[in-house]
Amino acid sequence: MLRNSPPGYADIGALEHKAMLLRRHMLTMARGQGQGYIGQGLGIADVLAALYFHELRYDPGNLGWPDRDRFLLSTGHYSIALWAALAEAGIIPVDELVTYGADNSRLEMSTLDTTPGVEMIGGSLGHGLGQGVGQALGLRVDRSDARVFVELSDGEMQEGSTWEAAMSASHFKLDGLVALIDCNGIQADGPVVLDMEPVADKWRAFGWQTAEIDGNDMTAVVGALADARNRNGKPKAIILRTRPGKGVPRIETSEKSHFFRIDVAQWDGIIAEFEKTVGAGQ
Amino acid sequence: MSGAAMEAGRTLAMGQDEAVGGGRRSVEAPFGRALARLGESRPDIVGLTADLGKYTDILPFRDAFPERFFNVGMAEQNLVAVAAGLARTGKVPFATTYGVFATRRAYDFVAIALAHSNLDVKIVAGLPGLTTGYGGTHQAIEDLALMRMIPGLTIIDPCDATEIEAATEAISQHRGPVYMRLLRGSVPVVFEPGYVFEIGKARRLRQGSDVGIISTGLMTERTLDAADALQKRGVAAGVLHVPTIKPFDSEAVAEFAASVDRIVTVENHVVVGGLASLVVETLFDAGIAKTVTRVGLPDRYIECGAVPTLQAKYGLTTEAVIATIAALS
Repeated sequence: MLRNSPPGYADIGALEHKAMLLRRHMLTMARGQGQGYIGQGLGIADVLAALYFHELRYDPGNLGWPDRDRFLLSTGHYSIALWAALAEAGIIPVDELVTYGADNSRLEMSTLDTTPGVEMIGGSLGHGLGQGVGQALGLRVDRSDARVFVELSDGEMQEGSTWEAAMSASHFKLDGLVALIDCNGIQADGPVVLDMEPVADKWRAFGWQTAEIDGNDMTAVVGALADARNRNGKPKAIILRTRPGKGVPRIETSEKSHFFRIDVAQWDGIIAEFEKTVGAGQ
Repeated sequence: MSGAAMEAGRTLAMGQDEAVGGGRRSVEAPFGRALARLGESRPDIVGLTADLGKYTDILPFRDAFPERFFNVGMAEQNLVAVAAGLARTGKVPFATTYGVFATRRAYDFVAIALAHSNLDVKIVAGLPGLTTGYGGTHQAIEDLALMRMIPGLTIIDPCDATEIEAATEAISQHRGPVYMRLLRGSVPVVFEPGYVFEIGKARRLRQGSDVGIISTGLMTERTLDAADALQKRGVAAGVLHVPTIKPFDSEAVAEFAASVDRIVTVENHVVVGGLASLVVETLFDAGIAKTVTRVGLPDRYIECGAVPTLQAKYGLTTEAVIATIAALS
């Protein structure tokens, strides 16, 4: 059984290494079909590494444990990052990752909850936070101290249901609910089409304890998660400024970063570039 | 104005159904009372509403179990999402709002957050069909058609207080999402104690083969009254009550249809997409070639007005059922 690390302690180097492994898995997955939501996945790798290998309380051998912390991936198309994390956590086999997006694979390009470790069907944006509110209320009824983490995105804040959920979370004083808001600056039609700034002020105004950090800085991510552990009557919002394609310069600078489709030879070039970057960093 | 009179006035203004039923006794808030009774032995049942607790009869449950009741405010998407989350922690949420909001407003959440995952959430929807004079914004005249399209969703349209109480218990034991139409306030008693409600089962209430009437929801009460009146005129009308719209009891409907000369459907809903369509599909599949005459609402928005006036104008009355059948020949 994994327990979350005690406050004040985190092996940042080890978590950064985990994030690198998640990125490596994601590149393997995207190469398989020649396409995928790789930009978003690479951008959120650091947060998922911090969650699955430091912050979340869960047991890979007992996924139905009632007192587990929940992680809800509201942006179902970020599944590539979730599959990488679940594989690295021992919940699904690493060997299966190459089936990402293939016919009959359970590692869909947008999550379905039939795959082990998935807590909701993501993908219809604006669904996650409200379901997180419901889970947090259910845990309260059961007098469980388990927490609920919901990932959502900057584009997703344009769905009104996100704010319906935000209002209710503070009304019900769900201080075990943590929203992880991935602000990567892109959405389907390109750079964020409807200005959502100032994001932090909006969450504060809705009654949330709010932090705004560089979502690709492991020390900052771990610190913000530690600050979110207090049970002070307020739900927690962590605004993550992330870079789509983080770790692979050719993807970071690409205009295709919402959905990436290139041929296998180019994928090999991208993977080589990633490995070179990793090598240089060690 | 006295407090009670003000309360009554406000209730009417909010679209409270005017009393229906000819001289039958009635029960107050049968759904809420049944849910509160169930709550005593079922700690997993929780209640939710979206600022319509008073108008959907769920307050008896809130008063009995305040720690298991959540009012999310005017936010129906969130109502369904929160209910889904509660279901994932092992609760059996009963979520109330009006039919128009549960369907038109929260459809994607019902389809994806609930039904796609087969979660144990029961949506109880007030003001079904034409039971309010508030116009198109509040009249859920097409809710059965909309909800029928959602895979795995069980849909109930109860007739009376007895059936609502029985159905509340039945759906609380049923695994999976449910949409149940609510009859609220002072609800007539048509079925005596001992009436057995079973999800997915139609019930033959009158024998007779001159004409076979297939009805659902509150229109079954009026259909029974029509059948009794027709009997006096020498017309033997069979009545099949179909309280479960989905899964539809095709077997019973086909068997009933085969045993009568003419078929009439009666529903508190538009005549497309609901009971009439289900009956026609069933007969076609079963190879039964008989004319079906449809009593129900037209495929249009309905104006504001007093409920009895509107129901008379749009044919949701005992007299309309009698007239329709009298005109068959």
